[in-house]
Amino acid sequence: MAETFTLTAQNALPQGDVMTLGETGIRVAPMARLTTLMPGRGDQDIFARALRRHHGLGLPQAGQSTTADGVECLWFGQGQYLLIGAEANVNLLKSAALTDQSDAWSTVLIEGPLARDVLARLTPLDLRAATFAEGATARTEIRHMMASITRVSDSGFRLMVFRSMAQTLLHELKETLEMVAARP
Amino acid sequence: MRLPSGGQIDRDTPVRFRFDGRDYTGFQGDTLASALMAHDVRVLARSFKYHRPRGTFSAGSEEPNALVTLGSGAGADPNVRATQQELFDGLEAFGQNAWPSVGFDVMEVNDLLSDFLGAGFYYKTFMWPKKAWERLYEPIIRRAAGLGRLSGKADPDRNETAFAHCDLLVIGGGPAGLMAALAAGQAGADVILCEEEARLGGRLLSEVEQIDGGPALDWVAKVKRSLKELPNVRIMARTTVTGVYDCGTYGALERVSRHMPRGRAPVDCFWRITARKAVLAAGAIERPIALRNNDRPGVMLAGALRAYVNRYAVAPGRAVVIFGNNDDAHRSARDLLAAGVHVAALIDSRPDATCDLPLAFHPGAVVTAVHGRNVVEAITFQEASGRSQKLQCDCLGLSGGWNPSIHLTCHLNGRPVWDEGIAAFVAQEGAVPGLHPVGAAGAVFSTAGALDTGAETAGELLSQMGFDPAEITVPEAERQAYAIAPLWNVPGTGRAWLDLQNDVTVKDVRGAAAENFRSVEHMKRYTTQGMAPDQGKTSNIGALAVLADATGRDIPGTGTTTYRPPFAPVPIAAMGAGGRGTGFAPQRFITSHDLSVAMNAPMVEAGLWYRPSFFPRAGEKTWRQSCDREVAMVRSAVGIADVSTLGKIDIQGADAAAFLDFVYANKFSTLKPGRVRYGLMLREDGHVMDDGTTACLAPDHYVMTTTTAAAGPVMMHLEFASQVLKPEWDVRLTSVTEQWAQFAVAGPQSRALLEALLERDLSNDAFPFMSCAPITLAGVKGRLFRISFSGELAYEIAVPARYGESLFRTLVARAEALGGGAYGMEALNILRIEKGLLTHAELHGRTTAFDLGLERMLSPSKDFIGKAAASRPGLVDPDRERLVGLRSLGPVLQMTSGAFLFEEGAEPVRENAQGYVTSVGYSPTLPGFLALAFLKNGPERHGEQIRMVDHLRGIHANCEVCDPQFFDPEGERVRG
Repeated sequence: MAETFTLTAQNALPQGDVMTLGETGIRVAPMARLTTLMPGRGDQDIFARALRRHHGLGLPQAGQSTTADGVECLWFGQGQYLLIGAEANVNLLKSAALTDQSDAWSTVLIEGPLARDVLARLTPLDLRAATFAEGATARTEIRHMMASITRVSDSGFRLMVFRSMAQTLLHELKETLEMVAARP
Repeated sequence: MRLPSGGQIDRDTPVRFRFDGRDYTGFQGDTLASALMAHDVRVLARSFKYHRPRGTFSAGSEEPNALVTLGSGAGADPNVRATQQELFDGLEAFGQNAWPSVGFDVMEVNDLLSDFLGAGFYYKTFMWPKKAWERLYEPIIRRAAGLGRLSGKADPDRNETAFAHCDLLVIGGGPAGLMAALAAGQAGADVILCEEEARLGGRLLSEVEQIDGGPALDWVAKVKRSLKELPNVRIMARTTVTGVYDCGTYGALERVSRHMPRGRAPVDCFWRITARKAVLAAGAIERPIALRNNDRPGVMLAGALRAYVNRYAVAPGRAVVIFGNNDDAHRSARDLLAAGVHVAALIDSRPDATCDLPLAFHPGAVVTAVHGRNVVEAITFQEASGRSQKLQCDCLGLSGGWNPSIHLTCHLNGRPVWDEGIAAFVAQEGAVPGLHPVGAAGAVFSTAGALDTGAETAGELLSQMGFDPAEITVPEAERQAYAIAPLWNVPGTGRAWLDLQNDVTVKDVRGAAAENFRSVEHMKRYTTQGMAPDQGKTSNIGALAVLADATGRDIPGTGTTTYRPPFAPVPIAAMGAGGRGTGFAPQRFITSHDLSVAMNAPMVEAGLWYRPSFFPRAGEKTWRQSCDREVAMVRSAVGIADVSTLGKIDIQGADAAAFLDFVYANKFSTLKPGRVRYGLMLREDGHVMDDGTTACLAPDHYVMTTTTAAAGPVMMHLEFASQVLKPEWDVRLTSVTEQWAQFAVAGPQSRALLEALLERDLSNDAFPFMSCAPITLAGVKGRLFRISFSGELAYEIAVPARYGESLFRTLVARAEALGGGAYGMEALNILRIEKGLLTHAELHGRTTAFDLGLERMLSPSKDFIGKAAASRPGLVDPDRERLVGLRSLGPVLQMTSGAFLFEEGAEPVRENAQGYVTSVGYSPTLPGFLALAFLKNGPERHGEQIRMVDHLRGIHANCEVCDPQFFDPEGERVRG
């Protein structure tokens, strides 16, 4: 005798705009489909072709990302890529291991003239445009949290941390933006 | 006294402030020191040891005397240099190290005892009785001596740390630094220019000079405008570069809002700047000459006198005497005269010196003593002829020459080199790779030389970095002469100060040499010369010159002490910014966190995670009542626990099975899809690293679980094994810890609960112990495992994390309907102790499979990490401390983990220790305390009595040694 029940999805953070100071906004992004793609040994070329054919995406170089039709592919570490915004085509399975990570990461965007100053206080990464241009991505550290940072526009960055640490990330961002904006 | 005109202060903007409870007014542009000087406040502090009155000595961050406390209450800041503190409206400062005030300090009695209190007196005097040092002498000495005090309360202010990157870091915004920054900025390099002061200009701010045919400050303003127009140049004012670290990393302290009332902005920001190249344009610091009573308020550095007159338009005295051994002293006399300050005499120790200024000039003469107590009243000087004269004055300017500020070049252990020509240490070439001294820091003392070296060096560095240095015109500037004849101290009786901040005199240094502390490092520690906030910036060279003389060596042969970071004091609050309270580390929250808190569960830290320790119900007054109830609930009905914190690693690839065989001690390649196995992982050294279960989801696809504590280390270990040890294998790893919310459903009713929820047969035939399967519940794809950490019939159910909270709510509600409910860490711990199951209390890094009774898991039929090392005789010695259970005997109040085990009747001392306790809990199932422990030859000693002694808490207990599986040793329930 099974009672019917439903499971309700819950984001780690309330979605939407969190705060804006100094024309710089912090926004929690909606939970997108995330899949790690790990091509097999020697399958790199087949995988690159499959990614192009099924998602229209080039295979990103280390530290880079590629975009097509609202779907993104990030270099995500040694032998690892992250597909954002679409379900991975099953044909990729022939050349890569696919792992659903949609619930594993929380995504926050910071954009505006103070964004770089805020991040300079949270990560040791060199974010100068010459070394970290639009589309550049890195697995790095944000305030002792293992993170992924991608430059999505001239003054915009997408930050991802493990879901469990999302509240700490948001707290650090808010505090830091407040201090940066309060500077004389 | 304020001069009627001149200076760079804004006379239209008066600024009100308080010092030691009295109101004063200064001007925008003043420092606290200059504003107090304008009001003729001469005594700003009391000295470290003798509590002698002290006044402003310098005009910059090298200040040894004028240390004050800013503000009051919890946010009070001690040891702020009045010479560096910009004045702002409402500033409140207090003199320190004095009672009741700096003007009248009862501790001045110390000064009368100076013969007794010389260097080394602590070591000689407070020797007996030994115990009195900590309890009596040290607190008294610390109270009497020292600098400012902290409030002892939590710091209410905010601070920051930050990172920056550039091509060229320019340290110092004087003429040399400005030229270098301009050259690099115009060539397109990313430049960071750090200037310690609020304004650019460096020494030019204190001088009357011409550059490019006009006032030097006009040129500074022009360069500043040019720099501001360059988007690739970043000017960081109020920023002191404090240290040099590896690979072009520099530490710097930015005083963000110390020049204004406290608000939301950070007080300080500690920067870590990574630069490809750097120029050191930090200028030079003047040094005094030691002579009798040269510490009296009114005795100052001669160059500082110019700063006060030219920059702040205050007269340091009404009648000033200047005494020096070099040409630069003459310049101070010239500027003071020009400002209308009476210069009573210019005394130059060089017999061949000449001077055409309209004043009393005494070449070949030396000042032998200063008279006066709270302020200079007169000096005595001895003319070349040997005749002594007393001269009325209220200020004495001293110049013993200038030391290039080369501290940063020594931070990577480079030793400075003695330059006879300027009688000073200069940087060793290449002492810090990529850091190049220019201007006065590079021993080029003229303004023209500073501009030249700044432009030249920047040009070379730009070429090295691949930039095309633009053609840059170096403007015309003065090429001042600098001749010097060394003079360190004027001989004579009485105390002559070398180190004002630490009250170290010539006699102290000579005393150190006499006591055979001949090495400069020993002398420093014996006398305390060069310690504390100023790090001997004005005293080091003088002290070592006196030491060289006392030991019959020359200065380069004596050497300097080691300059270490930080160059200037850095508050710990700045370095550790953001690390207060929960800011210390990230917080990791499980998906059931909010729900658990709503159920009144106290959350405890488990690494970075927060986990519920128990779920109290109405009527339960202590944690033990809740815990006992939760244990009984799992043993008799069903309990729900969030186990999402355990590490989960997704392992795929053609060689995944071989890889598991390689990293686990037991065999995994025989594991079939749909099955789970317990695995033991060793480190390369043969000790146990971690344990956990691994499930085979499909051929070549596994999910490994790790303990919560070892999730990160195991991931690193696997990455190392796959990337370094077996790079030829096809293994693909990724952490899925955060993707899944996972819950234990444990107890005899767990099957009923899940069968109803999943509408699926979970009987032993359909889903036996150690099975796994994909499931779908409410349309969501999940995973089900039949594994148990409680010894009961149990399952773990996993869903994507977004559904975690919702599933937990459902599971708890259904468990409650079956007479169960949620259980926390306390009950989880008791349940596993009753079963003798392991956690990192037992897998603490020094235990082996043999110690844990798991030696049979070490597969003889394959190779695995740690296999060879685990077979070393020392790791399989039967006499090792090995896992046992302990059961309390008789009336036992408490057993404690961490306690030691002794044979009955043996004295409980280290030599007799037989082992130690790792886990303890009160079992409501088998009423009494149960413990897991490691005991020498343990498994052979079941049934023996042993004594537990916790020396730390003073707890003793008699115990019986037994099998660690206390409950259901046959494992019937788990397979039920």
